[in-house]
Amino acid sequence: MDWNALALSLRLAAVTTAILLALAPPLAWWLATTRWRWRHVADALVAMPMILPPTVLGYYLLLALGPRSPAGALLARLTGQSLPFTFPGLVVGSVIYSLPFAVQPMRASFARVDRELVEAAWCLGASRLRTFARVVLPLSRAGVVAAAVLTFVHTLGEFGVVLMLGGNLPGRTRTVSVAIYDQVQSLDYAAANRTAGVLVALSFALLALTYHAQREGTPRWPTT
Amino acid sequence: MADDLIARVELRPAGGPPRAVALSLGGDAFPIAVLFGPSGAGKSTLLRCIAGLERPAAGVVRWRDRAWFGAATWVPPQDRDVGFVAQQGALFPHLDVADNVAFGLAALGPAERARRVAEVLDRFDLAGLRRRAPATLSGGERQRVALARAVARRPSLLLLDEPFSALDHPARAALRADLRRWVRALGLPTLLVTHDPAEAMAVGDTLVVLDAGQVRQTGPVGAVFERPCDAATARILGVDTLVAATVLRAGAGTAVVRAGDGELTVSAPEGLAGRVRVCVRAEDVTLRAGNPGAEGNGAPGRVLRVDDEGAFAVVSLDCGFPLVARLPRRALRALGLAAGDAVFAAIDPSAAWAVADG
Repeated sequence: MDWNALALSLRLAAVTTAILLALAPPLAWWLATTRWRWRHVADALVAMPMILPPTVLGYYLLLALGPRSPAGALLARLTGQSLPFTFPGLVVGSVIYSLPFAVQPMRASFARVDRELVEAAWCLGASRLRTFARVVLPLSRAGVVAAAVLTFVHTLGEFGVVLMLGGNLPGRTRTVSVAIYDQVQSLDYAAANRTAGVLVALSFALLALTYHAQREGTPRWPTT
Repeated sequence: MADDLIARVELRPAGGPPRAVALSLGGDAFPIAVLFGPSGAGKSTLLRCIAGLERPAAGVVRWRDRAWFGAATWVPPQDRDVGFVAQQGALFPHLDVADNVAFGLAALGPAERARRVAEVLDRFDLAGLRRRAPATLSGGERQRVALARAVARRPSLLLLDEPFSALDHPARAALRADLRRWVRALGLPTLLVTHDPAEAMAVGDTLVVLDAGQVRQTGPVGAVFERPCDAATARILGVDTLVAATVLRAGAGTAVVRAGDGELTVSAPEGLAGRVRVCVRAEDVTLRAGNPGAEGNGAPGRVLRVDDEGAFAVVSLDCGFPLVARLPRRALRALGLAAGDAVFAAIDPSAAWAVADG
């Protein structure tokens, strides 16, 4: 059992979830409400990481963040380090990889909020931001919880992006799924079993929590 | 600062024909002006444009001395200082009654806000419900909370979009009377949209009849209902019978017209001549059994059919022209009328009103 790898994965998942909880709500709200004619393009872009093979995503991120790309060079100058094969690099990859898992549940919840409630808030003098914070978000609690848990679990289990972008540096970029891969490669099936078991249990517990949160969702109007 | 409201808007909805709606009200139209018309007349659209919930493609929206919408002007709903109440109330389901009412008072300090909430809840008889969740309220209670929430901010204009249409009858009647009392006590200019004549009568001071985006008539509620300006408006206002007739002699405020084979004395505007329609509400027709040659203003005729309408009966007549009478069922029993019977339909000249045909 590679506890270092598990701790690193948990840390990566927590940081990724925290960042996406800040980034995804405005993006999801925009997608749910915009009447922009190219909104389907934005929808497709956000959904891309869901269907792209993780190795492909990881490969492009490696190129984009590497020292030979303009963006990578700029980042390296600003931060004093190159992102690939570091924890911050993994965070960037995970945020992009898990973006659809954060945005989609929120977008669906936001779209279900009755437009009349939003309009009522506006007529009561609430700015768009206050309307979002005081009306839309509280009524979308289940969707936000689902987004957080899905992001966390999805990041916990990622493999391809991590391997391409982070490599396999123990204590720095070796996540739990990479550790399992290593254990199998070295024919240590007992260790692989234990690590995989912990991951399954953890993922299941978190998903069960999500469904519980959705069941406990904000009461809706009685449908008459 | 006169209470002048001007709203002339043009909308170009995607995938639909463009529509234009225009309204102009002077200060004497308030405290409660009722926007009345059939569905599709543009009432709700106009109200939403005034509230800023819909952005017209072109036009003008002005209230008092402020332009809310114009060629280069757009004031968002947050800054329009209006109260808006929708059909279903749109209460925030995650907030209790007091928090719903407090929602629009974010600009006040906590003490002042609490004081204002308490005051408004008292005024609207909601003090006992302050910690209740909206989902546990009756429809009437919900609309009262919605009204209280809109009024708590002391807006300069209150907009009500068919606020009682989702309620059952007793709740509706009670709330109408309350609304009139509250709004008058607050002196708050109010524009109410409805397609229910009874609601317009019970609540309004001024009636604006809107049809296909155009105002057909504006005036005191009672006057508009009794004296529609033309036949189309009379139909919108629910006049039961529009008798085709020809003016024989016109006097001061009255006219003698030929309708069917007989003559009728009716009320009429100055200078009416030629082909007209006589508006007769079914309640204003009095029936006398038999006696086809009876004296008085009216027409002899024959009963075509009798329909039950709860406490009332509706009698369809052929008097040389079709006529409808509505009378209490007890009165009908006393007359013993049935289909085929001869009757005399008496019509009070002041209750019959002739308008130009069209």
